[in-house]
Amino acid sequence: MAMIFHDETYRDDFSFHNSPESIRRYPFPFHEDSYMYAINMENHLPGKPGSSYEHPIDVDEHYVSEMRDRAIVLNEDPKRCQALPHMMAAQWDTLELLMTNKARSYPDLFTLERNGDLWHWINQPLGIDDTFVFGDQSTLPYEPMEYITRQAQGDFCIVDQRNDTLWMDAGMVTCQADWSLDFDIGMNFMEWHAPVPMAHELGIFDRALKFLMNVQQGRPVRRLNWTMTVNPRLDTSPENYHKWGPDKTTVTAQNIGSKLHLRCELQSFWRLPRSNALLFPIRQYLISLNDIATIPKWACRMHRVLTTIPDSIAEYKGFSRNRQLALDFLAPFDDGRELTLGGEPE
Amino acid sequence: MIHPEIIVRVTDIAVVAESIKQFTFERVDGGSMPVFAPGAHIVVSMDDQGKLRRNPYSLMSSPSDSTSYQISVLRVVESRGGSAFMHEHVDVGDTMTISHPIDLFPLHATAKRHVLIAGGIGITPFLPMMEVLNESGQVFELHYSMRSRRRGAFLSELERRYGSRVSAEVDDEGGRLDTRKLLIDQPLGTHIYVCAPLPMIDLVFGVARELGWAEENLHREVFLAPPAGTPFYTNLAKSGTTVYVAEHQSLLESIEAAGIDVPYLCRGGACGQCETTVIDFDGQLMHHDIFLTDDENVSGTKIMPCVSRFVGASLTVEL
Ligand code: FES
Repeated sequence: MAMIFHDETYRDDFSFHNSPESIRRYPFPFHEDSYMYAINMENHLPGKPGSSYEHPIDVDEHYVSEMRDRAIVLNEDPKRCQALPHMMAAQWDTLELLMTNKARSYPDLFTLERNGDLWHWINQPLGIDDTFVFGDQSTLPYEPMEYITRQAQGDFCIVDQRNDTLWMDAGMVTCQADWSLDFDIGMNFMEWHAPVPMAHELGIFDRALKFLMNVQQGRPVRRLNWTMTVNPRLDTSPENYHKWGPDKTTVTAQNIGSKLHLRCELQSFWRLPRSNALLFPIRQYLISLNDIATIPKWACRMHRVLTTIPDSIAEYKGFSRNRQLALDFLAPFDDGRELTLGGEPE
Repeated sequence: MIHPEIIVRVTDIAVVAESIKQFTFERVDGGSMPVFAPGAHIVVSMDDQGKLRRNPYSLMSSPSDSTSYQISVLRVVESRGGSAFMHEHVDVGDTMTISHPIDLFPLHATAKRHVLIAGGIGITPFLPMMEVLNESGQVFELHYSMRSRRRGAFLSELERRYGSRVSAEVDDEGGRLDTRKLLIDQPLGTHIYVCAPLPMIDLVFGVARELGWAEENLHREVFLAPPAGTPFYTNLAKSGTTVYVAEHQSLLESIEAAGIDVPYLCRGGACGQCETTVIDFDGQLMHHDIFLTDDENVSGTKIMPCVSRFVGASLTVEL
């Protein structure tokens, strides 16, 4: 089935919406009834046809509009895309990885012809048709990471691995959950995770770091993370807190179903071949409570999870203010029945 | 399957120095080889008369060549079989299985200067490294120690390409690397990389530490060969089975032969990936790795099955 791209917005009138198919393919992050902070890594293997995991780099009905939103953010704040000078090989690695994966998964939408170093890239949904020399940045309108991530949904960080840790040395970050690339760039793994409550005491980051440093070529891994956002806004950066922070006070029992969105992040981790750096795509999926309520299992599960979340986590994820309203909205869906494990909608 | 593999055909074998053969692999399906970073190695699986062997070898071909991979193998006299198998039983046209590239010896992206120190067959990872450093205009020098010129694979080619950036220390000509002199003169921001037999690595690192070098500026690659030894049995608690480790087999190989996947990266006792918990034993753990600390060795709670063995009545591990 050909993909139909929405024409929608993530700001002002917030016309973003999910089709029924898009709801069913949502990567619902709550696999059991209670909340636990854990970094549950699994192999990033292809999932069921039609799911968000079917292809390693997912493209969905929001693609064109998300890319439009990214261009707006970059126009206002070019610092959302930065790369330290030693990351050029990793930038080309990233361009190659995204182009080859998209062309393989979506031959109707993307084509890549390679003739030695002369590459011809066609991005049909965005109307791009470029020929360039791989490795020669003067043949592209932007540096390679910026060029390709203006054409790829989600945020992207490239981390370099040296001195037994990981360094946030490049990124395209325009739809982040309240963190700042400009603040974190050049930081190491422990520094940029410093704000997360509890996890340090649990030793979770030591284990995660060790695990990530051993991610190997050809064996990407993934995990889900989530937060909540009022209005379907992609750019919830600290830089723009003044724009979205006040939204939190606009939620009422009447409008919460359409205003409050679960924001799931599908994070994957890829060892890059030339640079030995790690590419870390963070793909966001937004869904309103009203849409969640169309899948009875999810609404019920979410009610249970939100009940068990520690206050510090609710605070960190920025929804403590609206937690009770969300619980009230979801409570009617929780009739005490037993739910199957996993995030499948059934 | 935790270790995806690539099926390749041996398309060329060349003798590149005394006891050293170079093998060229191309994909059987005609596709291109994954791009790799200099310093990466692959694990080559060998079917040695029904016995599975898996040995790590550094990639030495050009990282920009995606049509083939090359490795070089030194025939080790007291080899338990891996290098002997490669030298004697592998022919052009044979099909083999290799892993994706694994990089445990990467170049340091922000180094100001790279000093590469090779001992014998340890030259191989430096070939792609030098190519990349040279192309990107970075400062480097190679110090290549060898027993004799006959055993110095690729030396003349390297001298031709990189001129005075290459120096050779040849044992039987009385040459010897003066590590202290080499390291004392290096400016701040220099990183050293050593790929050589363990005693040489220890020597270089020892001098560097004495001179106050930071650990993060020292890089090494060594693949210890799993030593042969008395056969023994090992109980695998989680899998509920027992494996027999033959004289010329590693514990890791015998566990794999039983169809149980164990995570590994180097298969040479260095990376720590195969670390396995020892539940119970009556006898002596023969630690051969360079990953576990002395305290861990004494505690008898861990074993690295890629190189370490056991002597005694019974051993049970967590796998
Ligand atoms: S696999 Fe590296 S230590 Fe065993």
